[in-house]
This record gives sequence, C-alpha cells and structure tokens, in this order.
Amino acid sequence: MSEATVLGGQEVVGVGRIEGPIMVVEGAANVSYDEVVDIQDSRGQHRRGRVLEVGEGFAVVQVFAGSTGLSIDGTRVRFLGDTLHMPVAEEMLGRIFDGLGNPIDGGPEPLTDVYRDVNGQPINPTARIYPRDYIQTGISTIDGVNTLLRGQKLPLFSGAGMPHDQLAAQIVRQATLGRLAGAPQTEGEEFAIVFAAMGVKNDVADYFRKSFTESGALTRVAMFLNLADDPPVERIVTPRAALTLAEYLAYDLGKHVLVVLTDMTNYGEALRQISNVRGEVPSRKGYPGYLYSDLASLYERTGRIRTSEGSITQIPILTMPNDDMTHPMPDLTGYITEGQIVLGRELYYAGVYPPVTVLPSLSRLMKDGIGKGRTRDDHPRWGAQLYAAYAKTQDIRALASVIGEEELSEVDQKYLKFGRAFEREFVNQAFTENRTIERTLEIGWKLLSMLPSKELTRVTLDEIKQYYKGDDATS
Amino acid sequence: MANEVGIITWISGPVVRARGSRHVGMLELVEVGQDRLVGEVIGLKGDQMTVQVYEETAGMQPGAPIYGTGLPLSVELGPGLIQSIYDGVQRPLPLIEQAVGSFITRGARFDSISREKKWKYTPKAKVGDEVKGGDVLGVAMETDTFEHRVMVHPDDAGTLTWVAAAGEYTVNDTIAKLKMGKEEKNVTMLQRWPVRRARPFVQRRGANIPLITGQRILDTFFPVAKGGAAGIPGPFGSGKTVTQHSIAKWADAEVIVYIGCGERGNEMTEVLQEFPHLVDPRSGRPLMERTVLIANTSNMPVAAREASIYTGITIAEYYRDMGYHVALMADSTSRWAEALREVSGRLEEMPAEEGYPAYLAGRLAEFYERAGYVDNLNGTQGSVSIVGAVSPPGGDFSEPVTQHTKRFIRCFWALDKSLASARHFPAINWLDSYSEYIEDVANWWREKVGKDWLGMRTKAMELLSEEARLSQIVKLVGPDALPYAERMVLETARLIREGILQQNATDAVDAYSSVEKQIRLLELVLYFHERGMAIVKRGAPINLIHDLPVVDTIIRAKSSVTNEEINKLDDIQKMIDEQMGQLDAEYR
Ligand SMILES: Nc1ncnc2c1ncn2[C@@H]1O[C@H](COP(=O)(O)OP(=O)(O)OP(=O)(O)O)[C@@H](O)[C@H]1O
Ligand SMILES: [Mg+2]
Repeated sequence: MSEATVLGGQEVVGVGRIEGPIMVVEGAANVSYDEVVDIQDSRGQHRRGRVLEVGEGFAVVQVFAGSTGLSIDGTRVRFLGDTLHMPVAEEMLGRIFDGLGNPIDGGPEPLTDVYRDVNGQPINPTARIYPRDYIQTGISTIDGVNTLLRGQKLPLFSGAGMPHDQLAAQIVRQATLGRLAGAPQTEGEEFAIVFAAMGVKNDVADYFRKSFTESGALTRVAMFLNLADDPPVERIVTPRAALTLAEYLAYDLGKHVLVVLTDMTNYGEALRQISNVRGEVPSRKGYPGYLYSDLASLYERTGRIRTSEGSITQIPILTMPNDDMTHPMPDLTGYITEGQIVLGRELYYAGVYPPVTVLPSLSRLMKDGIGKGRTRDDHPRWGAQLYAAYAKTQDIRALASVIGEEELSEVDQKYLKFGRAFEREFVNQAFTENRTIERTLEIGWKLLSMLPSKELTRVTLDEIKQYYKGDDATS
Repeated sequence: MANEVGIITWISGPVVRARGSRHVGMLELVEVGQDRLVGEVIGLKGDQMTVQVYEETAGMQPGAPIYGTGLPLSVELGPGLIQSIYDGVQRPLPLIEQAVGSFITRGARFDSISREKKWKYTPKAKVGDEVKGGDVLGVAMETDTFEHRVMVHPDDAGTLTWVAAAGEYTVNDTIAKLKMGKEEKNVTMLQRWPVRRARPFVQRRGANIPLITGQRILDTFFPVAKGGAAGIPGPFGSGKTVTQHSIAKWADAEVIVYIGCGERGNEMTEVLQEFPHLVDPRSGRPLMERTVLIANTSNMPVAAREASIYTGITIAEYYRDMGYHVALMADSTSRWAEALREVSGRLEEMPAEEGYPAYLAGRLAEFYERAGYVDNLNGTQGSVSIVGAVSPPGGDFSEPVTQHTKRFIRCFWALDKSLASARHFPAINWLDSYSEYIEDVANWWREKVGKDWLGMRTKAMELLSEEARLSQIVKLVGPDALPYAERMVLETARLIREGILQQNATDAVDAYSSVEKQIRLLELVLYFHERGMAIVKRGAPINLIHDLPVVDTIIRAKSSVTNEEINKLDDIQKMIDEQMGQLDAEYR
C-alpha cells in the first residue's frame, strides 16, 4: 500500500524478542525512527508494523495486527524505508477500508499517485482561519445552546448503551450550513463524510452504513473499519488513516468534511496496552504520559486553512468508562477539543432523546458563530439565559427533594415547571425531527416565558419586550 | 560554526542518544542528523550524550551525525519581537508558512528577527560615555509609538568610541562601538540570551502596585500586583483561556507575552486575528502592537513545548530591563510539566508523583521566580507579572502541578466547574480563591482611586461567605425559615454575584471595567445593602426589597453603563434612595 512496498527494502530474518504486539529486531542497519516494516510469518502471510525505537543494531517494532503466530526464527522483517503512507483520492468516497486503509469492499486499490504520511503535520497557527460558520444540525441542544461550527472538534461524551450512534447519525444526516434565523432554506453544499470505527462491534458499523444508505449519503462517505475482533494495535492507525484522507479532501480538494471517530475509548486502550507492554512509566490509570499529546495529534487535525475553501469538522465519540467524565480519556479529550456534548443516563432513562445533559455540555466556538448577522441578535444571551435558568432549576429540585414541592415559593415552582418543559420540549425531539434555528429560538422563548420576566437578567430589556410572552409581559 | 561532535546511537521520539566528544556542554544547542534539526543536550555521561530534539524525529537513523554549536539554547532579542508569533524555540511562524505552506515541516530555519527591516533609531549615549550592562544606547521605534530601548548586553561594559547618528538601521548595522579593555566591540541592536538563565537586575522591590486587568473579580477581589505571580487552575472548559485572553487584552501592562504552550491552534489564531483589530484603551493603538506571541500548540513537538516557557519569559525580562511593565500569560503550565514528564519518561528517570520527574517542583519554582518588580541595571524600574494556567487532570487540585504551583505563586484564581456549568463567568470561585497582595495594594487604591477599597472588599467578602453559610441552611429548610435580616444578606450577595462578579468577556461594554467603575458598582451594592438592612430590621418583608425595580437595574449596570459614563451610576444611587425611601417611610 505504500510506495515503499514497491521499492523493497532491507530484510532481516528472525527476531530477537516478541512480547505482545511488540518485537525487537536485531541486526538491521540504517533503520529509521517511525519507519514502516513489512512482516512475513513462516506461512508467508504479511502484516504491517512500525518502528517505535531504534538503536545501534536493533529496532523495537510495533506489529499492527498483533504478534499471534509470529515466531522468533520464522519471521522475516523488511524495513520499507519510509514512514507509514497511504494513497488518497476523491474516489475513496463511497468506499470501505480496513483500519489500515486497505479496501475491504471488494473494489480495487484507489488509483492515484498521491500518497500521504498518515501522521500528518501540524497546521501552522498562522495558516488557520478561525471558524465562524455554523452548521445547522436541526438539534436544539446543539444549534441552540452548543452550536457546532465548520472546522470545530466537538466530541460526544456518552456511556455504554446510550444513543450516541443515533445522535451522530442524525447530525450527519441533517447537517447543513447554517443561515440567519428566518432565512429560506437553501440547497447547501453537502458534506463529505469520513467515518472511522475503532474496536466497535459490527452492528455499530452496520448501523452507520445503513443510516448513510438511507439518507443517500453513502456515495460521499469513506469508512475505515477496525472492528471489535480486529487487531487492537491497528486502532492506532485507523483515525490517522481517516484524517489523512479528510485532510486531502478538505485542503487539497476544498471540500467540507465531517469526520466521525468512534469509539475513542477503544483507541486509548490500544495505546495503553502498547505502553504497558513497553514498560513505560504510566501517568493516570495506566495510560501513558504522552496520552494528551497523542490525542492532540488527532484532534488538532481539524479546522480551516487560508489556502483552501474546505474544512474539517470532527465529531469523536467516546464512551466514558463508568460514565466518569474525569476518566483520562474524556478528561484529556475535553482539554483538547472545543467543547463537548454530554449524554446523561438520567434523561435517557426518562425517555428523552437525545439525552443531552446541557449543563456540562459546551461549545467553545459557539460565541463566534451565532448572534447578529449569523443566527439572530438575541441568540447568545438567550442561550446564557436558558443555561442560567436551567442551572437554577437544578438547585431548586434539590431543595424540593428536601422540603417538598409545596413548600417552595411561587417563583421556585415556576422554575420546576420550566425545567420539566425544558427537558420535554427543548431537549427532547424526534430522531427524524430537523428543527430550524428559528424554531429552536422560539421554543426557548416559550419556555423562558414560563418564568417571571424579572428573573431574566441575561437577556436585554428590549429582547424581553420583543420575545417574552409570559404573564408579566409588557406588551 | 557547527562541527561534528557525535554519532546517533538511539532514537525514541524526541529523545536521541549519541556517542562522541567529551567537550559538548550540558544544555548546549546541537544540530541533529542530516536535516540538522535543533536539539539541546540534556544529559552527559562519559562519551554518551542525551539530546532532546525540538522537531519531529521520524526518519532519523542511528549513525547520523550530531553537530555542536558551543552555545546554549538562546533567543534573539532586538526590535521586531513585538507583533511576532514564534514557535517554542523562537522560529517565526509566518516565515515558515511563507516558505513551506500551511503545515509545519521540519528543518525550516529562519532568523527570529528580521535582518532586513530598518528601524528608526535615535542615539541616547555619546562618544566617551562609560557604559555598563543594561545602559540605554539609543531608542528604536518598534511600532509608531513603542520605544524599544537598545541596551548594552548585560555582560558587557566599557567606553563608547563611536555612536551612529540618528537614522534608519537594521539589527545587523553597528550602532555603537564599545571599547572593553583592549578589545573594541561593534554593538548592534541585536543580542542573544540563553533562555534558561534569568536576566540580571539590581534588586527586587516590593510588589505593591496592582496589575489592573479590568476584570472585576480579579482587580476588586483577588488582585495580582505588578511583578507578582498568579495561578489559574481549572478543569477543561472552565475559563482559563478566556480569562488569560481578557488579561492579555485589557491589563495595564506595556508589553504582553502570551505563550500558548501545548494548547489549541484555533486559540492562537483567534488572538492573531482579533488583536490587530482591538484597541488598547490606554494607548489607543491596536493591541497587537504591544504583544509577542509564542505558539507551540499541542500537536507541535513536545520538546519545543518545554522550551516555549523559557523563550517567553526571557523575552519578557528583556522588555522589563528597558523599564517596562510586562505581563506574561502561560497557557498551560500543565502541558509544559507534561512535556518534562514525557522527556523524563523516555530517559527512564526515576519518576516521583504521577510519573512527573522529581525536579518538577524545582523547575516550577525557577519559572515563577522570574516574575518580579525590579530595579534594573540601568536604573529604571520594570516588572514581569506571570499568570500561569494550570490544567489539573479531572479538575482535581490535589495533583502535583497545582500543588507545587501553589507554593510559588501568591495569587490563586480557582476555577469551578459548577459555576461554569451554570454559565457564571468568570467561573472563579470566590471562596476558594485567594490573593496575598491585598494588603500590599490597598494603599494604591487609597491614593489613586481615593476610596476605601479594602474596607468595601472586606465587607463584600463577608457577605459572600455569610451567603455560603446561609445557603447550607436554605438547602435543608428552604429560604422562608430564615429571618429577614439574613435574607437581606442573600439578596445583596446575589447582587454581588450577578452584578459584579459575573463579567461577560464577549460583551463590548462588560469585557473591561475601569477601576472607577468597579469600585462605584461595589459601593452601590453595599449602599443598597445598608439601606435595605435598615428597613428589614424594622420589619419590612424581604420580598418588598426583592421586588424593587432597582434590583434589576443594578444587575444590568455592568453592561448598560460604560466606563466613560459612570456618573450614570449616581442615577442608580438616586433610584435606590427613592425606592428605599418609600419603604422607609412606610415602615417607620
Ligand atoms: N468571562 C467569560 N465570559 C463569557 N464566557 C466565558 C467566560 N469565561 C469562559 N467563558 C466560556 O467558557 C468557555 C470555556 O472557556 P475556556 O476555553 O477559557 O476554558 P479553559 O479553562 O481554557 O479550558 P481548557 O483547559 O480545555 O483549555 C468559553 O468558550 C466561553 O464560552
Ligand atoms: Mg484553555
């Protein structure tokens, strides 16, 4: 798959040591750090690996497919003289690949002479364009209060069994370039979609495939699949392969690309496994000290650059072990991404879809993509007001559970009503419901109108005059 | 120039081992491999050396050469720093983009400071003058208004034998000749300084002038002094970066050094695109004209991330030496500590807590020690204030970086996840935060603002901690169980929280509050409290106070009254008088 395959390279027969997915190859000269190797087992089967460490006369190699079946004497290792490259082409849209980027849909290798290093290179901050164009997803908890912009990285933090796949599929299906509230819906340019699965079950991959088929998107989707029964170490390459294609589509061809990565927690586990086998000093929970930098090398491959019309928007999905947001995977992800959409058990059990827990959710770029000239003037303050009111509802709920609802003041009771309606009417929406931004704003104002206008200190008095419809409305 | 000093024997990520000369110095700058990547010697043992490499090492092989330079890792100092954006080892990012495109490839090498650009220079020293390190030779106009004071290198001293006439010069042109003993040295506007060595000064002074940031919770409640050090820890998304950006925008410093250390690319782009269009409220000039940016984002090489902090602080000290007040922002020091950990891990050093090397505390101390308000070598005074963001894993402040940082700073701005979730911004928790500069800066407030800031601040803090105590009771029994006087405390505390502590960084009016506006707002709220308390104590029901229209007006004043028209706050005081006056009359 890489040019180097064609070129050949020096070969070593027999390896010094094999331990988990790691082997130590002795007696090779001129080996480069991070070089790709081709490994042939005694039955002539090939697999790929990469140099993790190199010294005089030895190299530590990570075998993507794992070392099962490799023997000390019967293994031949060929050093291919370059870092891991893959072909990239527009025709890869509509195709399915394995976790290393090899076609598995029966079709041919992509026909191209463009090869790219899967590790990519950091975007120069001076070359970036700060994201400002919002994506309308039709989902109120996103468009309204956690707006997603083109070129943003916004993960879904979820837990086992919750409908993160549905939500991601709905976002992908409904995503269009946002417009002013009230402006007519125009045929926007459609997103190219790059989907990478790391260690998820086959039915998850199937679910997405079906969803892409139903929405007619399949021809603009490239899928990279490393499933639960595929080699874990390969998972290290899967998101890199996907992002390498995404970068080509976005920055060479000028497309708007949505990248869905699922499940990053499995990716992290693969990284941890390799680190542990190598005996590295762990930081938290056995994860390597470089987990942050490693994740950043994926998530930062998002954005817009000045020399291209295109953009990369990332939606990584992460199931939090034990629903624990302080676990290193969600924690370090949150430190790198530009916000997070958090799904919560409580809403899920209450039958709310999508069960987005709004308080811990955040879109950091939202402020730059909404408001006057982008959505509607009142949008930022309206959003802050909904958050503030809903946060207050939580306090009042806690109080009500102690002293009883009847004992609450009249205003507090209104908050309780507001909170329930917020969850049922704003957060909750059908899987097929595609709300316009004005609809989302309208629902929000309707809910805020359940509160006395005096409570609404985050919005302006003019906005209250214009949109507030509660009992003490002035007009 | 560089000569070969060793042969690479081992490579693992940013760490390379080599065998060779015994004359290579510890912390010497070396060039690694055929591509001559920049590296620094971080370990020596016999003929073995360990090098951390500031660029991506993929493709490098054992057997490749290492070249010595004989110099420690240094920065270039001179006119042209301001408005620049560099990576962690002072490579100019715009030139890299011009040369190699949107993605940073390795091996790209450029002068940190332009050799071609000409600066308008006016000499200040004359032939025959005896000068020593730090003395000002002349002034170059670094922007239309910013005077770059060209100084004698701290290690030099002697007699001026020639000085250039006023005119336009590049940093390579000789602007003076200095006789030092028998030697005569051509002095230019450019000097080098090793980043890991603090630049010298005469002595520290007490830090008792506040760094005014325009942020109410900082200036009014937890001030940092010019020359002081503050830490701002918080979980992800709690507001470290927004707060640091706000300080970089509005602080009354003359130079800002902003270090994006292992953080997001988009955040640096935001500064780059926003600062040229924002106007410094004091000078009336674009904010970029006082700013130096260091951007070593999370996906850029980790060793250069480690260096970025030193690059930034050295540039800050250089401007301090000219007699300026410099504020340095480091976002985030945790990523720097992690870079230390990553390199230490590759060296297989014995880890201390959570995998961090045992020298973590020492390094943090060295960094924060470089803050200070000092008497410079040239007789001027200048300061470097440091604001360091800390990103504790899981938001848990008991982790090593937060804990050690706390030992070396005197001002702690504790961000709070639950405040951020409720969109109370800045999400700085007023009960967990502290400043040890309060007594020190009280005099400044008395003299410069003419108000009893200390007294009012104390009163406000009392109300806030009383509120915290009462909230515990309310949680158990509801607010109705409290006597009116205590509920009055809750009312006022709410006004403090919503009307003063909350400050929206994205609101044009609210983003920056002058000290006059800050103190006047506080005065108003306390006045409201005093009047209200008198009335409820005479039996007026609390909801009458709660329902006064002026409550809403006070909360909105932060964004409805601009800094230029704070006399409008007098009108609000009149509203308090009127509305309270009526109640007063009823319950007399
Ligand atoms: N003073 C403020 N005014 C308005 N919004 C704010 C303010 N402070 C923080 N925010 C909001 O909080 C969000 C997160 O803040 P910020 O990016 O500064 O967090 P952080 O602590 O730097 O997180 P990380 O550690 O992940 O970098 C911002 O995008 C903004 O929406
Ligand atoms: Mg930040």
